[in-house]
Amino acid sequence: MEEILRVEDVSHTYQAENGEVNAFEHISFTVRRGEFLSIVGPSGCGKSTLLSVIAGLIPPSGGRVLVDGAVITGVSPHIGYMLQRDNLLEWRTILNNVLFGLEIRRAKTPQNIERAERLLKTYGLYDFRNKYPRQLSGGMRQRAALIRTLATGPDLLLLDEAFSALDYQTRLTVTDDVYRILKRERVTTLMVTHDIPESISMGDRVLILSARPARVRELLSLDFGPGRAPLACRTHPRFGAYFDHIWKELSTDETS
Amino acid sequence: MRHPEPAAWPAVSRQRALYLRRRRRRACLIHTCQIGFLVLFFAQWELSARLGWIDSFILSQPSRILATLRNLSQNHLLTHVGVTLYETLTGFVLGVLLGAGIAVVLWWSSFVSRVAEPYLVVLNSLPKIALGPVIILLVGAGAKAIIFMALAISLIVTVLEMLAGFRATDPESIRMARTFGATKRQIFLKIVLPANINTLFNSLKINIGLSLVGVIAGEFLVSKAGLGYLIVYGGQVFQLDLVMTSVLILSVMAALMYESVAVLQKLVSRRFGG
Ligand SMILES: Nc1ncnc2c1ncn2[C@@H]1O[C@H](COP(=O)(O)OP(=O)(O)OP(=O)(O)O)[C@@H](O)[C@H]1O
Ligand SMILES: [Mg+2]
Repeated sequence: MEEILRVEDVSHTYQAENGEVNAFEHISFTVRRGEFLSIVGPSGCGKSTLLSVIAGLIPPSGGRVLVDGAVITGVSPHIGYMLQRDNLLEWRTILNNVLFGLEIRRAKTPQNIERAERLLKTYGLYDFRNKYPRQLSGGMRQRAALIRTLATGPDLLLLDEAFSALDYQTRLTVTDDVYRILKRERVTTLMVTHDIPESISMGDRVLILSARPARVRELLSLDFGPGRAPLACRTHPRFGAYFDHIWKELSTDETS
Repeated sequence: MRHPEPAAWPAVSRQRALYLRRRRRRACLIHTCQIGFLVLFFAQWELSARLGWIDSFILSQPSRILATLRNLSQNHLLTHVGVTLYETLTGFVLGVLLGAGIAVVLWWSSFVSRVAEPYLVVLNSLPKIALGPVIILLVGAGAKAIIFMALAISLIVTVLEMLAGFRATDPESIRMARTFGATKRQIFLKIVLPANINTLFNSLKINIGLSLVGVIAGEFLVSKAGLGYLIVYGGQVFQLDLVMTSVLILSVMAALMYESVAVLQKLVSRRFGG
């Protein structure tokens, strides 16, 4: 499969009045088209910063990021970035919220609007299109936020703990839903998570980062065979072994 | 923009009917008390004056105020009301437009806002009436000076109020817009402004009151026309009925202007689904 994302020796240091914070250094990896990459690492190791760099929101202090062979210099229309909170705008209806990204990119064409409406239909929100965000449940809001990002038709999707605001039960079903949506829309995804089982159940590979300043500790390939689904993975015989491995990798870091 | 509920309203449960009835009764009681106090106040005033408990020469009395109102043409009351209204509204509109404009600039450029900070702080705590004589010297003793006065009093407060609202906009919403590559202009128009509709209207409400304060203070100083002038004049020639009538008209004016802003706020926030 062809490569869609290449992260080349990227480092980032925050400058502030009271000193500098070295978030991560010399990070390199590549992602193939259609792949799902989970990213785990100790708290505060720079995972969000890494996603912001890839999204083009923060210029890195070293190295470069290439998407489809082009160096990222700013926010790219090929990338969708979904934050932890859904950030639906309370004064817009669900449909208008979903069209927000297209509006910002001045791409509210009839085809794109139709596409957004199709996404709403497919993922069970069409009947709620004229409701306001506060009238939706947490899981529905999260799905609406995902559709807002997908409506712009990104080739590469970045998820920053996008489901951690949900309760456990909802989270399991939403991640299963989202996984299906992403695979069906053939979107390459990078997902940061604190939840090791989640990283295993969704990822084709798991990128394990060390404590700050983060480096790549390991890039673990997972093999659950074809036709995997996040919920079913959790009962797969190899699941426990992967869990122990990642757990160990993360905890050696915290004691050292 | 809000669409009507598709389904017909379901039958109201007994509990809900009871709740609604209680609420209505409470609202009714509140209104009755509010109006009752007003009527009682004026009745007491009139009675005290007639029975000679208070000096109606100084404190006037409702019947005399009514008489003054009836002789509108005699003391050009309507003209004076018109002058004050015109000055207040002009000061208000200018204050809101200028204030909003300055607040937007200060939000836009953190550099400019840092430079302006100490000036804003000093201007905010300065009693603006102290500038009265300077303003009159600069623009002449007329309606212009009075409008300036209103502006001086309301502008800084408007700027600070709006700026505080803009700055308190949820930074996560702004980040979300930035993930789509929003420009600063888009962030302002699509996130900051709609998120601050209520702040804007609250500062309008404050502004209308302050403009009135500025106009009356200005009319005291300039002393040519308007309700402020009438109050000063009435005091000087011991026509205290005139003073009281003017004060009463002022309160009604203030209430009406505040209410119109409140109604506008309701209309606009409904438009924004708030
Ligand atoms: N704007 C900033 N200025 C200065 N330092 C920052 C800034 N943002 C983050 N940092 C610091 O950079 C480091 C990495 O932050 P980041 O949010 O990327 O970590 P994270 O891995 O996403 O953390 P978490 O697991 O808590 O989400 C932290 O130590 C944080 O204090
Ligand atoms: Mg983070």
